[in-house]
Amino acid sequence: MLESLVAEIVVFVLAVFVGFQVITKVPPTLHTPLMSGSNAISGITVIGAIVVSGAGYGRLATVLGVIAVAFATTNIVGGFLVTDRMLRMFRKDTGGEGK
Amino acid sequence: MTALAELAYLLAAVCFIFGLMWLASPATARKGNALASVGMLIAIVVTLLDRSILGYEGILIGLVIGAGAGAILARTIRMTAMPQMVALLNGFGGGASVLVASAEYLRLSATGGAALDVGISIQFSVLVGAVTFSGSLIAFGKLQELVTGQAVTYPLQKPLNAVLLLAILAVAAYLVVPGSGLAAPLADLFGGDAAVPLLVLIGLSLVLGVLSVLPIGGADMPVVISLLNSYSGIAAASTGFVIDNNGLIISGALVGASGIILTKIMCNAMNRSLGNVLFGAFGAGAADAAAGGAAAGGTYRQVTAEDAAIMMAYARSVVVVPGYGLAVSQAQHAVRELATLLEARDVDVKYAIHPVAGRMPGHMNVLLAEADVPYDQLWEMERVNPEFDRTDVALVIGANDVVNPAARNNTSSPIYGMPILDVDRANQVIVMKRSMNPGFAGIDNELFYASNTAMLFGDAKASLTKLAAEVKEA
Repeated sequence: MLESLVAEIVVFVLAVFVGFQVITKVPPTLHTPLMSGSNAISGITVIGAIVVSGAGYGRLATVLGVIAVAFATTNIVGGFLVTDRMLRMFRKDTGGEGK
Repeated sequence: MTALAELAYLLAAVCFIFGLMWLASPATARKGNALASVGMLIAIVVTLLDRSILGYEGILIGLVIGAGAGAILARTIRMTAMPQMVALLNGFGGGASVLVASAEYLRLSATGGAALDVGISIQFSVLVGAVTFSGSLIAFGKLQELVTGQAVTYPLQKPLNAVLLLAILAVAAYLVVPGSGLAAPLADLFGGDAAVPLLVLIGLSLVLGVLSVLPIGGADMPVVISLLNSYSGIAAASTGFVIDNNGLIISGALVGASGIILTKIMCNAMNRSLGNVLFGAFGAGAADAAAGGAAAGGTYRQVTAEDAAIMMAYARSVVVVPGYGLAVSQAQHAVRELATLLEARDVDVKYAIHPVAGRMPGHMNVLLAEADVPYDQLWEMERVNPEFDRTDVALVIGANDVVNPAARNNTSSPIYGMPILDVDRANQVIVMKRSMNPGFAGIDNELFYASNTAMLFGDAKASLTKLAAEVKEA
């Protein structure tokens, strides 16, 4: 039983290291899109929410699950869309044309 | 869970990692974001298909409501309000974690209780999720100015929070192992109902979230949002422990790491430790700082828009230093217009961006990108500082503390040691400001009294429009 917990902790710690490696390469210019984008990624909780709201755990659990699905989906859709909206605005200097 | 589903979650996590890697450059960032959203779609579809899902009505309702709310929010939010939106989304992520963990707990307690490891994961998930939820709502309230932006302090703040945390741990221990030492007395208190102690735990955690964000001043919000961002990731990962899902654990860990890095960057940019931000109540001490700094006063030189325009029009290089005041008066487009006119006269224009120029990490870059400023004209602090020696005119718009030389040379200043933009080293400095009132932190700025500084008073947008008109004439 505790073995599976330990295995999960291993995955977690390794993923944190991957996160550090990847995120430190993101330039300050993109830190706001990084935050809103990673926000959307943390909406992955929706997976747990779908399971508890759909697997027939009882009425209360279902209600809690549905609210959780709504929360997490707001997070996902809002996060990815607003990140895209911001990233569309970033453009390079075209060197005279279009000014 | 089938092996196939496990592999699909791994694929989703790989999409997230590549998506974040592509965020390393503005050229590939949009593609990265799209890839991450594909990863999310894979994870959701696999969950809908593969799990023992009995009823889809509730799920569909939740998905439709969430997607609608998210889409409306994303389309209508103003770029200046981006910190509020991120705060709100952080809170939703935390809220989802609390709800999932609670539902899991209710299910397991109806069937004879959770195993030790799952029990610990559930309580941890409830605690982190609830703190993230209520803390983010308070942060949202502060940014939206529904709650005072000042640091709220009261006597015995730290002891009270410590007692609260102990109470939370006791209830959590009771929930995991009802008969155990510290938790034993709680058994009588809660009776037999499994839901009561859970509600108490949620309630206490919500209060802790409120009390830990309330004492933090408005100027420190970039740190708080970054930290709550990290919490929302940790909450997602802990939900992964609850439902034994590596996909959640990996994704949550990525977000948690991202939030921690941004928190560290923001703390460094303000030369403060995280502990000092969380418990220091910086805003509340500002009155003393103002009293101490007032002695630095002296005479300052004023300049008309006409003269300022001529200085810039005939300069070789101009560095614009935008602060939050620029965003407040919605003057990004006016700056851009002025810069275009200067560039047409072969003046080299750069923008110097301090890490805490906006209300969240990278906020100022987004505000300028919205005004069509190319991102390669945005220079980070480390890169632009050596340039000031060769700069003819530094135009400071609504920035104050981040250009205060006291951070470099006045050991008694509350901001001493904070990395700043060295605008005082430019040949000429034009400071645009509403009046001589000290800024947000209430600290006097000797830059305003320097011999190479000229003050241009008035609303930033109006002054910039006037400057642009004068440059056209020059």
